[in-house]
Amino acid sequence: MSKTITIDGLTVPFRDGQTIMDAALASGVYIPHLCHNPEFKPHGSCKLCTVNVNGRNAASCTMPATEGLQVLNDTAELNDERRALVQMLFVEGNHLCPSCEKSGNCQLQAVAYYLEMMSPHYNHFYPTREVDASHPGILLDRNRCIYCELCVRASRDADGKNVFGLTGRGMATTLIVNSASGRLGDTTLAVTDKAVQVCPTGALMKKGLAYTVPIGRRIFDHHSIKDVQTGGGHE
Amino acid sequence: MSERSGRGPHPIPLPHPQGASPPGSRCFAATTARQAGEGEGEAVSPAGDAKKIRIATCSLAGCFGCHMSLLDIDERLFGLLELVEFDRTPLTDIKHCGPCDIGIVEGGVCNAENVHVLKEFRKNCKVLVAIGACAITGGIPALRNNLDLWDCFQEVYCYEGGLECGQIPDDPELPLPFDKVHPIYEVVKVDYFLPGCPPPADAIWKFLTDLLNGREPKLDYEMLHFD
Ligand code: SF4
Ligand code: SF4
Ligand code: FES
Repeated sequence: MSKTITIDGLTVPFRDGQTIMDAALASGVYIPHLCHNPEFKPHGSCKLCTVNVNGRNAASCTMPATEGLQVLNDTAELNDERRALVQMLFVEGNHLCPSCEKSGNCQLQAVAYYLEMMSPHYNHFYPTREVDASHPGILLDRNRCIYCELCVRASRDADGKNVFGLTGRGMATTLIVNSASGRLGDTTLAVTDKAVQVCPTGALMKKGLAYTVPIGRRIFDHHSIKDVQTGGGHE
Repeated sequence: MSERSGRGPHPIPLPHPQGASPPGSRCFAATTARQAGEGEGEAVSPAGDAKKIRIATCSLAGCFGCHMSLLDIDERLFGLLELVEFDRTPLTDIKHCGPCDIGIVEGGVCNAENVHVLKEFRKNCKVLVAIGACAITGGIPALRNNLDLWDCFQEVYCYEGGLECGQIPDDPELPLPFDKVHPIYEVVKVDYFLPGCPPPADAIWKFLTDLLNGREPKLDYEMLHFD
């Protein structure tokens, strides 16, 4: 008899060591998330995956599953909070989707669609952030970075290169590049590196793809991130 | 469709063309678009003698793309015109907005004149709708928000290739530009948002027919996009 938790009344099996998120994804239950990618150690920073566990809120990507947990996930209240978090991510960076090559393939935007975010609601910060175009094959546009640390984890744990790091706190947080000049072009980062593939937003992108797949024919133009991330696994 | 985390549905109910009949027995409730405007999907029926819904539209710091998309509802416009009449819009060329039921604003706020127009709309329109990426986020004009305004002007009016005796326009009639472009909801209260760059004609149609039929506007997944 395998151990189980319930998510919104549905019985979901888990193995020891799995988080609530792991168990949910394995059973095809979508919990909105941005900083989580099953291939990497959880970071627990975006809080989008917050669920109610036995009456208390917790980040499902870091919370271990234990026998009999009662989890609430797809509730109006939690989705309202998630929408507010996504709205804050939009106003604290510079997300002008019509000018972004990632539009339609972007997970931040896709979660906003899923949560029916009709506007960013809060006053925009319009922060000044640096763009690093020094690498011949890769563009780093910090205007779109949500500091999910996925590139940091991928570069360290999968590529073994440690190209990226987060520095500073709160509003001063920024993504830095590990080279003497601080520029991407002076690192060993390669276009094929995992770090370049995992970015959920348009912050870290392969150059030269541009609009080869036109707007309107991209993945989240037609498929909800819920179906993409529970059906076909992560991109 | 209304902003769900706090801004809530609009507080002022639309005046109904036939008075206070309940939803379901209202005059647009039983007719389809095909009957009214020969368009796709559900829609609107002629209001007969009833008072028409008055709509004003304008473009602030926008490209008129949202207005083009509105015109893209094509022959459904005829059905729409049975129900609504236009106040100030680029189509009627009326210069100031009078009392209206619905105001539709394209574009963000990039100069002092935009603020005056926007406030005039808010004052006169019972329901104010922000249409398109620029009205909702600042959009493409907001790409200049991290550049010095003077540098921008110099680039455009002095250094750009092909200019002869380039000079920065300084006619006193020109509105004062702001150093940053803002979405309209940062200046006035907005009741509904219709995103897209531009929103497709079908999304505009769905939105308007929902609103005119007294329903909370709701877009299908594929109609909601930010690009
Ligand atoms: S990164 Fe995503 S949300 Fe940000 S501008 Fe690009 S498409 Fe929009
Ligand atoms: S560049 Fe992308 S992957 Fe890296 S922290 Fe920013 S958003 Fe996350
Ligand atoms: S996905 Fe769990 S905190 Fe980001």
